[in-house]
Amino acid sequence: MLLIVVRQIINFASSFFVLSLFTFGIAHLFPEGIDFIFSHNSQSKLLLGTLPINGIENSNIVSVYFQYIGEIIQGNLGQSSVRGTSIFSEFWIYFPATLELSIVALLFAVSIGIPLGILAARLKNKWQDKLIISTTLVGYSMPIFWWAMLLVMLFSLWLGITPVASRIGFEFDILPVTGFMLIDTLLSTQEYSTEAFYSALHHLVLPAIVLGTIPLAVITRSTRSAMISALSGDYILSARARGISKTQEVWKHALRNALIPIITVLGLQVSVLITGSLITETIFSWPGAGKWLLEAVYRRDFPVIHGGILAIASFVIVTHLLLDIVMMFVDPKLRRNA
Amino acid sequence: MNTHSQFYQQTKIPSTFSRWWRHYQENKLALLALVIFTLIALVAIFASLLASYDPAVQFTDFIHVPPSWYELGESRFILGTDYIGRDIFSRLVFGAQLTLSLASAVVLLSGTIGMFLGVVSSFANYWIDSLIMRFMDFILAVPSLLLAVVIVAVIGPGLPNAIYAVALVLIPHFVLITRTAIKHEKNKEYVTAMLLDGASKSRLFIQSILPNILPPVIVQITLAFSTAILEIAALGFLGLGAQPPHPEWGTILSESHHYIMFAPWTVTIPGLAIFFTLLSINLVGDGLRDAMDNEKK
Repeated sequence: MLLIVVRQIINFASSFFVLSLFTFGIAHLFPEGIDFIFSHNSQSKLLLGTLPINGIENSNIVSVYFQYIGEIIQGNLGQSSVRGTSIFSEFWIYFPATLELSIVALLFAVSIGIPLGILAARLKNKWQDKLIISTTLVGYSMPIFWWAMLLVMLFSLWLGITPVASRIGFEFDILPVTGFMLIDTLLSTQEYSTEAFYSALHHLVLPAIVLGTIPLAVITRSTRSAMISALSGDYILSARARGISKTQEVWKHALRNALIPIITVLGLQVSVLITGSLITETIFSWPGAGKWLLEAVYRRDFPVIHGGILAIASFVIVTHLLLDIVMMFVDPKLRRNA
Repeated sequence: MNTHSQFYQQTKIPSTFSRWWRHYQENKLALLALVIFTLIALVAIFASLLASYDPAVQFTDFIHVPPSWYELGESRFILGTDYIGRDIFSRLVFGAQLTLSLASAVVLLSGTIGMFLGVVSSFANYWIDSLIMRFMDFILAVPSLLLAVVIVAVIGPGLPNAIYAVALVLIPHFVLITRTAIKHEKNKEYVTAMLLDGASKSRLFIQSILPNILPPVIVQITLAFSTAILEIAALGFLGLGAQPPHPEWGTILSESHHYIMFAPWTVTIPGLAIFFTLLSINLVGDGLRDAMDNEKK
């Protein structure tokens, strides 16, 4: 067991190593080079009026790489070339908004997708199953930027029931504590904190539906196929012979075995959600990490681009690592094989 | 099968492709999707014959004309005009040409590199294999659009760069599919028999393994094609792919989404084009997968 965890961590380390090589390489392609990482060291020299020290020319690239890694591990990603603020602290301002949106979107996808998938598996090849499967294919083929605009047109412009932009009504002043608007409004001591909570929820609905659409389609399909293969197992047949009820058969016996492939698919959705949040946040003016990064791209703010991709990719890698470890505990077969 | 053996064996054994086709035909929805996709492809090929106008020409007296079935519509502009009076129908037709050719370029590039790397990593020694796989794991770990955006940000926005970025993002799927399929086939007895006959690695691969790994690779090509269209459109929408004068579908949407309140048709119609193209390709992919899976059973 310990061996497997160690192996997972080595896997993680090598993924992070390749990631750091990539960002290190990409930083060299920036017009101002990689100096932004080390700029806080050379600040005094800059003040004295000398040219910025170009670390790459004076020393060999391997030692520059190790210095770079050292800076990153200390959480120094340099400063934004537009605002001059620390990128690491900026990331923690914007990223919780993305995380909140993604978690709600994932909850939306799971709470609808898994029951729908189970229903489709139970009614395999009936018209309900075919309807569900074709609907998921429609959802899967939906370009989400267009889907977002259609929903905005319908719910915001014609029916006027949802707001179109930002995380909360502008009349509320909420002190950021955790960065999660739903939690912050509840923690807030202002007298309007309940109204603020509903306002935040109200703003969250449409972006979460947009972001959750593709995961919903994928989760429904994979739940269906996992349930079909679980329901055809011999243990289901023997359980049925013992005379268990249909509900028990599906929810207790089959679902527990089907959950393992479903969790794997859920892990893959992390990437999908981050990709989708780039677009969703742009359309709904959601102040998250995706919008922050895209704005940096438009302004050619290279230190932010570098720090943003490094931080977001590290987040994805860590999530995958944690999921793999969780899977080891959930699935006894994985433990034995390793 | 040569003529000599047919003399004795009257029953004709259908070729693999004709058997796939027979299974495919049974799925009526997939067949319909294939017809729709063929139509879209034909529109793309004959764009210059079908389009009523040049996609860039502006009719400054006809700004935001609704589609022809509306009361205010003009029969000259079947699907209406956009915010500077360009004919939407012509732009979509030329957009089909642009989008499909870009997606083909992406699939060709990523497919060739990806399959090559997949073959290399499944036949090479442990170190080369794990080097390639580590790198692919990394590309898979970074969210695809994010990686494409960063690459475009560094090498500059524009069409060729968007193609490179999207192609790079799609490579790992080809590598993984090819590698898994080859590893799977390599354990089979016919490969052992071939090895015992003294076949070289290249002969083993081309003559016996390659035909057997075609089904997953073909399915992956259709999947990659729809992903490529989606990612190119997404980059175009974010202003990092095709730049505004180009009639690329995502770019058209990003130009017109500011006018969503006054001219909703400039948003709905280009979106429908992307949506139906993606849907038909995904249905064809599903149909192909089912047909080839059936074959195995």
